[in-house]
Order: sequence, then structure tokens, then C-alpha cells
Amino acid sequence: MLKVLLSRLGQAALVMLVVSAVSFVMFRYVGDPVATMSRENASVEEKAELRRSLGLDQPLVVQYGRFLGRTLRGDLGISYRNQRPVTELIAERLPATLELVIVATILSLALGIPLGVLCALKPNGIAARLVQALSLIGISTPTFVTGIVLILVFAVSLGWLPSFGRGQVVDLGWWSTGFLTISGLKSLLLPGITLALYQLTLIMRLVRAEMIDVLSSDYIRFAKARGLPTRYIHFRLALRNALMPVITVTGLQIGSLIAFAIVTETVFQWPGMGLLFIQAVSFVDIPVMAAYLLFVGLLFVLINTVVDILYAVVDPRLRARSA
Amino acid sequence: MKTLAATPGRFIRLGAPISVIVAAIIALVLVACALLASWIAPYDPTDLASFELINAELPPAFTADGDSRFLLGTDNQGRDLLSAMLYGARVSIAIGGGAVLLAATLGVTLGLLAGYFGGRVDALIMRIADVILSFPTILLALLVSGIARAIFPGAATAEWAPVILICAIAIHEWVQYARTVRAATMVETAKDYVRAAKVIGLPPRRIMLRHILPNVMSPVLVISTINLAAAVLTEATLSFLGVGMPPTYPSLGTLIRIGNEFVFSGIWWIALFPALALVILVLAVNIVGDWLRDRFNPKLRVKR
Repeated sequence: MLKVLLSRLGQAALVMLVVSAVSFVMFRYVGDPVATMSRENASVEEKAELRRSLGLDQPLVVQYGRFLGRTLRGDLGISYRNQRPVTELIAERLPATLELVIVATILSLALGIPLGVLCALKPNGIAARLVQALSLIGISTPTFVTGIVLILVFAVSLGWLPSFGRGQVVDLGWWSTGFLTISGLKSLLLPGITLALYQLTLIMRLVRAEMIDVLSSDYIRFAKARGLPTRYIHFRLALRNALMPVITVTGLQIGSLIAFAIVTETVFQWPGMGLLFIQAVSFVDIPVMAAYLLFVGLLFVLINTVVDILYAVVDPRLRARSA
Repeated sequence: MKTLAATPGRFIRLGAPISVIVAAIIALVLVACALLASWIAPYDPTDLASFELINAELPPAFTADGDSRFLLGTDNQGRDLLSAMLYGARVSIAIGGGAVLLAATLGVTLGLLAGYFGGRVDALIMRIADVILSFPTILLALLVSGIARAIFPGAATAEWAPVILICAIAIHEWVQYARTVRAATMVETAKDYVRAAKVIGLPPRRIMLRHILPNVMSPVLVISTINLAAAVLTEATLSFLGVGMPPTYPSLGTLIRIGNEFVFSGIWWIALFPALALVILVLAVNIVGDWLRDRFNPKLRVKR
């Protein structure tokens, strides 16, 4: 058990080291920070002084060490574009993205599970076929197209919902939330649905596959033979077991949803981390790009590692196989 | 992929359902239209002299104030939207195809090496693959194009955009090829004919290319169809985000990006028609790809 734990943690540390190295190399070699930070007609001495004060004249290993040290202390440098600490910028944008991801996850589960069950219970029914066909269209429709169509229908034609921004937000300490005002909730709706649709197809297909698997297992057949009510068999016995992998996948997907929110945030001008990142990419704002990479990398590694370890704890078979 | 797609007769013999045949025909027609864009498009959108600002933002011909010269209306610079879409689809398909080609070449090579040699080579290649796979496509692609932007300043970015895009998409897609080919190569390497080839002293290069490669190619072709759809979507997403093809040489994604700015003023056609073309193209390729995958390699179904 300890061996599994250690090897997982070792792997996670290795990945983070790679990610931090990439992020350092970007930081250091892509574009010249001195040229970007000094003013237009700075003299050679001024530039050399800036170079020294940034520590760019030190050997590479020392620079990387310093970079790691600073990163661990939470100092990720200063945005070239905004001239503010990157950590501050990300902390400011984090609530917006997380709230969007939470809404999208809840929506996709609330719709995906019933639809998946429907497809599994009556695989040849008209509804199931329709849902299957729609899901194929869902995979083929890029998120930004969904967003644009929703804006066209609900914001431009009908004028029911706002199409950009977060609406009014309430500050709870450092966390600003859109959950507490009506305009905030209304603003969450369209981007939330857009992001949820990306996730919906996946959850639906998974629930369907798991449900079909469980329904053909022995204990369900025996439950049927005992004459238990169908409703009880389907929802109490079958669905509960089918949901286990769904919960895992939903957890694992949170990382991708945060990354994928970049697209949704661009369509709806949602002031989250994704919009910050995409603006950084088009303005070649390296510190912000490097920090976003580190942050999302950390999130991914954390989620993956926790899930792996939990699996090993819950399922002894996996422990035996990987050890 | 090409040989299968080129002969509809084979589809029928293989027992393809009618929906797959229809999808295949739609995909072929769309690809053909895009490839022949310079001949069938009513105007040349790359020719600055062919459009005028006076004609900007005209609605499609079939609406009340439409202009019969422009079937699907015009964009913000007065370009004929249909022509821009045909040229745009050509760019999209070329970049998607290029990315699949690069990813397949890279993935098959690395997969062969990993599967044939095993040991450290295998461990190294597969670790890299694991790390890459733990990040979503879109994030990696954005990073690659972000770095490329910093390396190629200003105007050069636009010039190199297709190459940057192909690399940005391929960096994620090769992993799937490498994994599949590695697994198949391991199975083949253990078989008698490969052992015999080793015994008579053929060089590893020759064994891999002449003996193993032909036997592991069929899943590669199947993956390529679905990956083509995925690559076209990724390209569109990047262009939509503003880090893809420049507006002077737009792909379908760039056209949608341009159109998105006009959606609020009720000018829906600039965004909607390219989006529709994109969805139909990807959907058709996906339907054919799904069927090919189920038909030739049911095992691939699990990972999606």
C-alpha cells in the first residue's frame, strides 16, 4: 500500500517538475523580458541594471532554482500587460471560472443521468434513438457554435438573458459570487448551459453503457426473479451501482472543464481565468501564460493522483496489479 | 481511409447502413467543393480587388433585402460569404489533414520503436505520452501557438499560422497512434515471422518497415478518420479564439470569429453559415468514422 502511495506521489512530483521546467523555459527564453519591461529608449546601462535586478545574469540552474523557490512561495511574477502580480490576477479570476464549472457540472449531471438511463432502459425506443442521434450532433458541434446559437436565440432574438459578463456580483471576502443576485444567476445560465453541453454527451454515454452492463448482471436478474418492483430494481439497485464510475469521471473531468472554459469564457466575455489566459496568449504575456500552465498542471496532477490513490484504497485488486 | 472513401461500392458490400453511405457522400461532396474552391466559388475572396466595402453586411439572397449577387450574403468587408466559406473550408481541411498526417507519422514511428525495442525506449516514449495525455488538447494547442507567437514576431505569425496550427494539433493527437501501434507491434514482434526475420539477420529498420508496419496499419487508418474530424474542430476552435488563421486568409473558424462580433447587431449570417458548414462537415466525417471503428476494430470503442 505504501509502495503504491509513494510511486503515485513520485509520478506526480515528476510531472510537476516537467511542467515547471517548461514554464520556466517559457519564462526565460520566449521573448526578452528586459525588452518588454524597459521603456522605449532605455540606455544600455539601464537595461543591464534591470537584467541584474531580475537575476537574469545568473547561471541557468540558479535561475531555475530561484524560479522554483519563488513559485513555491506563491510569487509568479508580474504580468507584462497589466503590471500587476500574476498571483493576484489569478486569484481574482478564479471564482468566476469555478462558479461556471460548478453550474456546468450540476447541469450536465442533472440532464445526463436521466437521459442515459432512458437510453439504457429502452435502447430501441424512439426517445433513445433520438437522444443517440442528438449526442452525435453534440460531439460534432464545437462549443463556440453552441454558445453563438444560444446568444442569437436567447439574448438577441428573445432578449431574455444577458449575453456577456457576470452581471452583479457580491463579494464574500476575496470570493466574488454571482449566485446571490438575480442578474448574476441570469448571466450564469447561458455560459453554464454551453459548457454543460460539452460534458453532457460524455456523461450520457457513460451512464448508458454502465447501466446496460449492470442490468445484465446476475443480481439484477435475481431481483427480477424475486418479483421486486421494477422501479425499485432500476433506480435503487441498478442505477446506484452504475453511478460509481460516473462520479469518478465527473471528478476527473473538472480539470478539463476548467481548461475548456477558455472557449466558453471567450464567447460570453466571462471574466474568468480562461479569458485571462487567452488574452495573455494574444498579447504574449509570458508570466501569465506560465502561471496558468503551472496552476492547471497542478490541478490536473492533484485530481489524478487523489483519484488513483482512492482507487487503490477502495479496490484491492488494483493494489495487487500495480504493486 | 482514402481507398475506402474513394469506392462507394465497397461500403455497400461491407454492409454499411444507409445513414453512413449518405454521410460519406456528404463528406465527399463537401471535401470536393472545398478542394475545387478556386473553380466553383463565384468570387475570389483572396483577391482584394474583387470586393467593395459598399457591399458589406448584405443579408442572404433569399431574405427580404437580400442581393441576388450574393447567395449567402456578404461579410463585414463586402466579401461574398459563400466564396469565403468555400476557401475557408479548404484551409480547414488542409490544416486538419496536415495535422492528422503529421500526428500519424510521428505516432506510428514512435509506436513501432516502443513496441519493437521495449525496455527503456518504450518506457521513455510512453511516459511522455502519459504526460501529454493528462492535458486537454485545447490547452496544449494554445500553449504551442502561444510560444510560437512569441518566437515569430508580428507579421511572421500570420505567415506561419498553418504550420503552427498543424504542430499545435498534432502534439496531442500522435499519442493515440503511438499507443495503438505499440500494442499491435508488441503482438506482431512475438510472432514467428518476425522472429524468423531476426534470426536471418535482417536489420531492425527493415523488419519494422517492411514486415511489421503493413500488419499494424489498419487501426491507424480507422483512427485517422475520427482524428480528422477532431483536428478540424480543434483548428476551428483555435481560429475562433484568435490564435489560428488570420482574417486575411480565413478558415471556417476565423469566419465564425468575425461573425461573432456582429451577432449582437442582429447580423446572424456571417457567423451562422460557416458554423453550419463546419458542423455538417465534422458530423459527416464522424458518422463514417464511428462506423469504420465499429466495423473494423470494436476494441477501440472503449476509449473515446
